[in-house]
Amino acid sequence: MKRGRIRENRIWAVLLLLVALTWSGCAKKEEPKAPYKIGGIFAITGRASFLGEPERNSMELLAEQINAAGGINGHPIELVIYDTEGDATKAVLNANKLIEKDNVLAIVGPSLSGTTLAVVPIAEKAQVPLISCAASVKITTPVKKWVFKTPQTDVMAVAKIYEYLKGQGVTEIAILTVGNAFGDSGREQLIQQAPDYGFEMVTAEKFGPKDTDMTPQLTKIRALKPEAIICWGTNPGPAVVAKNMRQLGIEIPLYQSHGVASKKFIELAAEAANGIILPTGKILVAGDLPDGDPQKTVLLKYIDDYEAKYKMAISGFGGYAWDGLQILAQALEKAGDDRAKIRDEIERISGYVGISGIFRFSPQEHNGLTKEEAFVMVKIVDGNWQVIQ
Amino acid sequence: MDLSNQILQYVISGITNGAIYAVIALGFTIIYNATEVINFAQGEFVMLGGMAVIALDSSGNLPLALSFILAVLAVTLVGAILERFTIRPVKSSDPVTLIIITVGASIFLRGVAMMIWGKDALGLRPFSGASPIHLGGATLVPQSLWVLGVTVVVMAGLQFFYKHTITGKAMRACAFNRRAASLVGISVNRMVLVSFALSAAIGAAAGIVIVPITLCGYDVGTMLGLKGFCAAVLGGLGSSPGSILGGFLLGVLEALGAGLISSGFKDAIAFFVLLLVLFLRPSGLLGPKEIKRF
Repeated sequence: MKRGRIRENRIWAVLLLLVALTWSGCAKKEEPKAPYKIGGIFAITGRASFLGEPERNSMELLAEQINAAGGINGHPIELVIYDTEGDATKAVLNANKLIEKDNVLAIVGPSLSGTTLAVVPIAEKAQVPLISCAASVKITTPVKKWVFKTPQTDVMAVAKIYEYLKGQGVTEIAILTVGNAFGDSGREQLIQQAPDYGFEMVTAEKFGPKDTDMTPQLTKIRALKPEAIICWGTNPGPAVVAKNMRQLGIEIPLYQSHGVASKKFIELAAEAANGIILPTGKILVAGDLPDGDPQKTVLLKYIDDYEAKYKMAISGFGGYAWDGLQILAQALEKAGDDRAKIRDEIERISGYVGISGIFRFSPQEHNGLTKEEAFVMVKIVDGNWQVIQ
Repeated sequence: MDLSNQILQYVISGITNGAIYAVIALGFTIIYNATEVINFAQGEFVMLGGMAVIALDSSGNLPLALSFILAVLAVTLVGAILERFTIRPVKSSDPVTLIIITVGASIFLRGVAMMIWGKDALGLRPFSGASPIHLGGATLVPQSLWVLGVTVVVMAGLQFFYKHTITGKAMRACAFNRRAASLVGISVNRMVLVSFALSAAIGAAAGIVIVPITLCGYDVGTMLGLKGFCAAVLGGLGSSPGSILGGFLLGVLEALGAGLISSGFKDAIAFFVLLLVLFLRPSGLLGPKEIKRF
């Protein structure tokens, strides 16, 4: 009898335990699935922080939204983001760390063409999908198996400017480019494409990324009397060029690249920014787009969410990382946690409406954008962007 | 525009930049003479001057002149504090140790500036209008005249200070022979402090006048400091007239090189000339032969 009671107690205890266990299980709803780890390497500090900071913010914003909506097939996204400070050595170290230590499924970034080109061999060797946020066309031409990019290429930007110039009846141009990967890649395209449009390039000048005075170059250009000056660089150099042109009293129209498409440029160049014409992604003029534009709603939502969360004005650059993570999320949904399958799925994405354009990837096309959709020409008028039709 | 007008424009640009290099070089010279230390935070004083004046100008409705003075005073204080708390406590007076300390101080100041003012470059309105002045076939911004004016004032002021004030004379005495100076009752420590404050002040003044032309960010000091250092070495380290000559020479050579040879080699040309001078005349153009320093 006594023995029986003990057994009975044991049964009760076991039952209680079971109830407790299932109950606590219910409290957590369901077993969380293992997170998908995604790496990010951006120039968050340093001279290119105007790129890296919004990129990191956008990526964190999107990851938060995806996780709030239940993750990807139930898997939350876990971000591991490192700062390159715009330095190629640090970018390489960070990429290695992401791949070997953090074991990420894919990497978004780096922010700059130079740092990206330094990281490309690592991603290729380790067979990790890399979605770069940098402009240079060299990143995806020739196609590299594991490397994709979301920003518009400089090929498209140059073509867009040249088309516009041709429409204006311009034949003689001068270029002034910055001595870094962005400027050199743009320079190459500017020189290469000029004959296609029948332009004569009177001179091709350069300036250093940290130069604070471009009057010598501009003096030389002025003497050659081109009909348009195209400056290719990222802040703050192009702002100095704009200011110097005013200081020298040069009246030749100035064209800039999409590298300066941010409010910061207008702030820096102040008065001298007015009248400058440049190609930019649609984000800067989202409100002015026709309602039929498929990107309009996507852009407006992104801008609202971003400005609400970070309390700062949107720039054209954060969208590169946003698109990168969106593309990865779409690929992850189909592929799961397999790097090779993720890569294959990215190549199959076609028609994703993103911030920088509508992406149509293929095995031959790892950027997926066209110049018609990716760029609009804008003019700076009274410190604001105005779309040129 | 013909070649002579172009060259005139290059020279004007070069003189404006050269004036800044000259003032920075003077800052190096002042501290070098007092301590035999190359102060690698000199460029940071320039940056701090620029950033401080932008901050003061945008913060309230202070007149620009008052912002200018306050910014110079603030940076002077930074220079004095730097000397008092990083240079003086060090037991070893070995210049190499002290130079490394100034390198550390420059990184520290850069970091602090980044935390306070952020990572973007900032601009300031010109002191007196932006419409260019035409000079023959070349153009000149009014701000360039401010730069040259301030440079001249700084040079004249320094000259007066060294020749006609007790402190200035005491500093010259220290430069000739520290031991002898301290034996006749000059406080060497105080002179070193004054030299840091003084070079911070003129560095700040240089930083302030160029902001409207060049913009200013937390990291502009490094390159400006380096160019100023080159100018000082070019002219002869320790020589004030040499610093001034070196500064202008460097600025003009840079501009001519960028305009006439290739803008891709702008910095390379300046440094090539520097190397050439050092090979042919290691003490610099007006460098001290032995003891003459001022």
